[in-house]
Amino acid sequence: MERVIKALKWIGLGFFEPLIMLIQGKEVEKNIRLVFRQIIVPVLSVFIFLGACNIGADYLFKVERDRKIEKTRTVQGDAAAKQMQECIDSGDESCKPNSLPSPADVKKGAISLWEDHKSISAKKSAFKEKTAAINKKRKEAGQKAIVYTGRPSFVDQIYTSLKTVFAGFLLAALLAIPAGIVLGLSETLRTSINWIIQILKPVSPVVWLLLVSMVVKTVLANSDSDKSFVISFISVGLCSMWATLVNTAMGVSSVDQDYLNVSKVLRLGVFSNVFKVILPASIPMIFTGLRITLSVSWMVLIAIELLAQSPGLGSFVWEEFQNGANDSNAKIIVAMFVIGIIGFMLDRIMMFIQKLASFDSK
Amino acid sequence: MAAFLELRNVSKSYGSGDTMVDVLKNVNLTIEEGEFIAIVGFTGSGKTTLISLIAGLIEPDEGEILLKGKKVNGPGPDRGVVFQNYSLLPWLSVRGNVELAVKQVFPKLNKTELAAHVEKFVGMVNLTPALQKNPTQLSGGMRQRVSVARALAMDPEILLLDEPLSALDALTRGSLQIEIERIWRESKKTIMLITNDVDEGILLADRVIPLTPGPNATLGTEFKIGFERPRNKIAINADPNFKKERNAILAYLDEVGEHRGASKEEEFVLPDIQPIVKPNRFVINR
Repeated sequence: MERVIKALKWIGLGFFEPLIMLIQGKEVEKNIRLVFRQIIVPVLSVFIFLGACNIGADYLFKVERDRKIEKTRTVQGDAAAKQMQECIDSGDESCKPNSLPSPADVKKGAISLWEDHKSISAKKSAFKEKTAAINKKRKEAGQKAIVYTGRPSFVDQIYTSLKTVFAGFLLAALLAIPAGIVLGLSETLRTSINWIIQILKPVSPVVWLLLVSMVVKTVLANSDSDKSFVISFISVGLCSMWATLVNTAMGVSSVDQDYLNVSKVLRLGVFSNVFKVILPASIPMIFTGLRITLSVSWMVLIAIELLAQSPGLGSFVWEEFQNGANDSNAKIIVAMFVIGIIGFMLDRIMMFIQKLASFDSK
Repeated sequence: MAAFLELRNVSKSYGSGDTMVDVLKNVNLTIEEGEFIAIVGFTGSGKTTLISLIAGLIEPDEGEILLKGKKVNGPGPDRGVVFQNYSLLPWLSVRGNVELAVKQVFPKLNKTELAAHVEKFVGMVNLTPALQKNPTQLSGGMRQRVSVARALAMDPEILLLDEPLSALDALTRGSLQIEIERIWRESKKTIMLITNDVDEGILLADRVIPLTPGPNATLGTEFKIGFERPRNKIAINADPNFKKERNAILAYLDEVGEHRGASKEEEFVLPDIQPIVKPNRFVINR
């Protein structure tokens, strides 16, 4: 049991500890209080939040309904207005006013997205089966395989977004960590490059996207690689790398003098000095930077996809907004929560890796 | 024969202009091979600066430091340093910390020789059971012993101990003092110990040399300590000579310390305040 608690704490679910203790009947009074504070109150707050959303959505729905009826009355007369009122009150989708979706609508939207995903993946696997034989032949003949080109489902969009964000994050890490180490080691370099960093750091994701597309457009003009993917992941990387760069440089340049003295007394060479002393000492700072980088890249990804028209959650949100179907608003809210939850999970994963890699948490 | 370690007119100051502080001024010292000397002094008198100079972490402004007749030029494995705050790398185990030093000094050792070498010196400080532990899992005394093992494992010509025991509790301190004396006898290294504890100096060293209080600190009159080795703390405590030596050193330190105190004395003029008494407010019962 203790192992379970330890494991839960490791993955950041330590708030289950009092519940487990309570089930075992240990320190009942204290644990009831803890369960109340750490589990019951948060769950209650979720319900209060949903209730508030419901009230807000209800109010907006009523305002929108009255306006729609009033508009029909002025344009088409009383009879049509009455008909419209009846239509709305019957809950018919076709005449539903377009307002903030209630939690129930959002739930419906989530279910319809899931159904949609199931039907699309069924289509996909059917397509794969159908083309398997042909593709085999084409491959033997040295031709490209036929791939499914239908509409991507919501889950596919999530997958694409994750792929882009990881590519961008890797790019950011590969650029920023070595650069940060070099900057951290040399004060001259640091002061001479500082102004560039300070100027580029606050540049908006949109501008990075335009800049990157200017370059990529020319470089990949004759290649048939996925340009929008390349553009968006490079932009994500460039937007988000600054936190890691600055943190790595800071960490490397502020290593404890004691450790540096050890390195000096032992007369470590440059290589072992960096890899045995300076890097391990700055790992916590580097990881803090990487965590910020990952959350920033997830945040800017949505905006960049929206503009770069590369597939993913960002373009999903934008398309739904442009679409304006009855359940579009609900789907946008679903996407909002999915984005939030994935962002939260990514942060937790990074925290977990940081714990594994840092010396000071052992 | 030339002295083993020699300091000639060494001076060191920090800062510049008005804020310049002359920490050490004209320090002269000769240490013979195999000697155990202790430098005692007040906090802030420049003891750590002196060790850092000999270790080569900083350079003297004037004068020179010679080890076996050769000028000290930067840090090197011929001088093992034990820092006051242990300075172990927390991401390496005890073995890793010692190994890092050994690998650096003896790069030609193969794996088994390396392991044997590390284990020998960790064993010398009685920490064999803690070989795989991380420094954060060890007590202060154990960490300092690892630090000693690391310095010894480099097989230095001289061991520089910078207040190695001052961060420890009295009991641990006592047992480590005995251990340091034993290690000195077994390894036959030259040791220079810096301490703020006169008793410690008398207990361990052949010579105790006070450092006058800074700024402009320099080494004062030396005191030769002639107790028999191996030394026994209890026996020495009972020895009337111990009290005599101790009182002599303390008296000397007091004398130079008073000198320092006198220069800092200032007269403070206290404001002349009288309590305000409003007669109507008080009813005095007789």
